[in-house]
Amino acid sequence: MKRESLLPLVGVAGLIVVWYLAVWARVVDPVLLPPPEAAFAALVKGMAGGKLGYDFWRTVERTAYATAIAAVIAIPIGVALGSNERIYRSVEFVIDFFRSTPASAMFPLFLVIFGVGDLTKILVAAFGAALVILFNVAYGVMNARKTRLLAAKVMGATRFRVLTDVMLLESLPQTFVGLRNGVSLALVIVVVAEMFIGSTDGLGQRVFEAQQLFEMPDMYAAIFAAGALGYGLNLLFLLMEKRFVHWSGK
Amino acid sequence: MGQAATAKASGATDRSERPAAEPVHITIRGLTKCFQGAPVYDNFDLDVPRGRFVSVFGPNGCGKSTLINLIAGLIPADAGTILFGGKPLRETKIGYVFQNYREALFPWMSAWKNIEYPLKIAKMDAAERARRVDRLVAHLGVKIDLTRYPYELSGGQQQLVSIMRALVVDPEVLFLDEPFSALDYEMTLFMRDQLQRVFNETRTTMVLVSHDLEEAVYLADRVLLLSRRPATIAAFPDVLLPRPRSDETLSDPAYVHLKGHCLEIFQREVRKA
Ligand SMILES: Nc1ncnc2c1ncn2[C@@H]1O[C@H](COP(=O)(O)OP(=O)(O)OP(=O)(O)O)[C@@H](O)[C@H]1O
Ligand SMILES: [Mg+2]
Repeated sequence: MKRESLLPLVGVAGLIVVWYLAVWARVVDPVLLPPPEAAFAALVKGMAGGKLGYDFWRTVERTAYATAIAAVIAIPIGVALGSNERIYRSVEFVIDFFRSTPASAMFPLFLVIFGVGDLTKILVAAFGAALVILFNVAYGVMNARKTRLLAAKVMGATRFRVLTDVMLLESLPQTFVGLRNGVSLALVIVVVAEMFIGSTDGLGQRVFEAQQLFEMPDMYAAIFAAGALGYGLNLLFLLMEKRFVHWSGK
Repeated sequence: MGQAATAKASGATDRSERPAAEPVHITIRGLTKCFQGAPVYDNFDLDVPRGRFVSVFGPNGCGKSTLINLIAGLIPADAGTILFGGKPLRETKIGYVFQNYREALFPWMSAWKNIEYPLKIAKMDAAERARRVDRLVAHLGVKIDLTRYPYELSGGQQQLVSIMRALVVDPEVLFLDEPFSALDYEMTLFMRDQLQRVFNETRTTMVLVSHDLEEAVYLADRVLLLSRRPATIAAFPDVLLPRPRSDETLSDPAYVHLKGHCLEIFQREVRKA
């Protein structure tokens, strides 16, 4: 049992070994691929009071705003659409279309409307995340177990009670799937926006700037910070799901 | 008038031992229901006696579930009237127990909250709700930890919780659609007797759909035998066996004879292709 939980470390160790081998064999230019300890030192230094830490929290902030805005808008609309299948079918194509459109293609449009500030980055990310959340919530509501809805109905629950007491809770597992995918997408969009939409901070800007200045350890440090953030956000939502949707999969 | 219709419906069955003038609880007249143009019920009449246990038995897909779903208002009828002691459904308290307890209970609520839920719908205050649930638990002698979530209980315990949820409002009629068919044999036998106890104690009118003739006859005061679709009443015999019924009932010649009689009618209906 104990040994099982150490298994993931094997992959990490393997990656570091491969990295060392690549450095040692000079597979790529040493300027482009510094040894792991250099990248790690840059990560620790940057996160502990350096600029990287600040950029990290800027990205967290933007992603959190984007996800919050998306959730606040998308969950009620998703519930409304999902509880009326006819309405959902009539807008499904539009939702699906924009859900499939790369959000980065919307940058110029949002730039014209909202300018180059923070708001644009947050709103584009919110736009992408909202469609993912909306889609999942609507499906969660639509796929609510028929028997449970009938059970509430036969007990005399009004349509509104059925919606609030049964459909909403039934859709919760799917809502969390939407939130998890939504926050991941929001992070992707925020990082890209930070790279290309005149930004002075954020992980995307950090990666881009380090690359421009050939500060490779800093660049790797920023990449790892971004990876850790993505992983952490996913984990956070998984833990929240476990806490709030204890019945999921049972 | 209801009595006459019942007598006509039950056809050749011997009625000499019938208690006289049984009060009718549910009156069904001219019930019609089609699925995709094909009728399941076509001008169907039935009287369900008050305070009796009626089992519904018939060939696969003949419309047993459809019948109780129509009566319970889960699906709309195309035509016909259904009255409960002269009242429409919306003025009548009913309980319904689904076959699939896993999909009928609310997994986000504890068993206790599940049972309490219909009282909440009825806008009863918390103290009264607690009193009612506690009374029901004591009355049935239930020994389940009701603070658990449904998925933490066994199948039989979950179905017992569903039955309690249906009973807590003191329904005038309790409908059960193959409530035990997802349980193993041992649990089924146990739950049958639990249900019989509930019936003996409450004398609520009960309508049970069963695919098990032994169970249908064992529990019932009357067995409603349906024909193939469009369903008609093939027979509606009385089960004049003393209650409470037990293992001895199963070897009682009257029980064996009636079961054989029902089986004969059932097979005759099945063979009518
Ligand atoms: N929603 C529906 N749409 C179309 N056909 C339906 C629908 N519900 C039931 N039917 C059909 O109506 C008939 C009666 O269905 P019902 O479920 O009442 O049968 P049943 O007697 O309960 O069968 P079983 O023994 O399988 O439980 C069946 O032939 C079924 O295929
Ligand atoms: Mg059925």
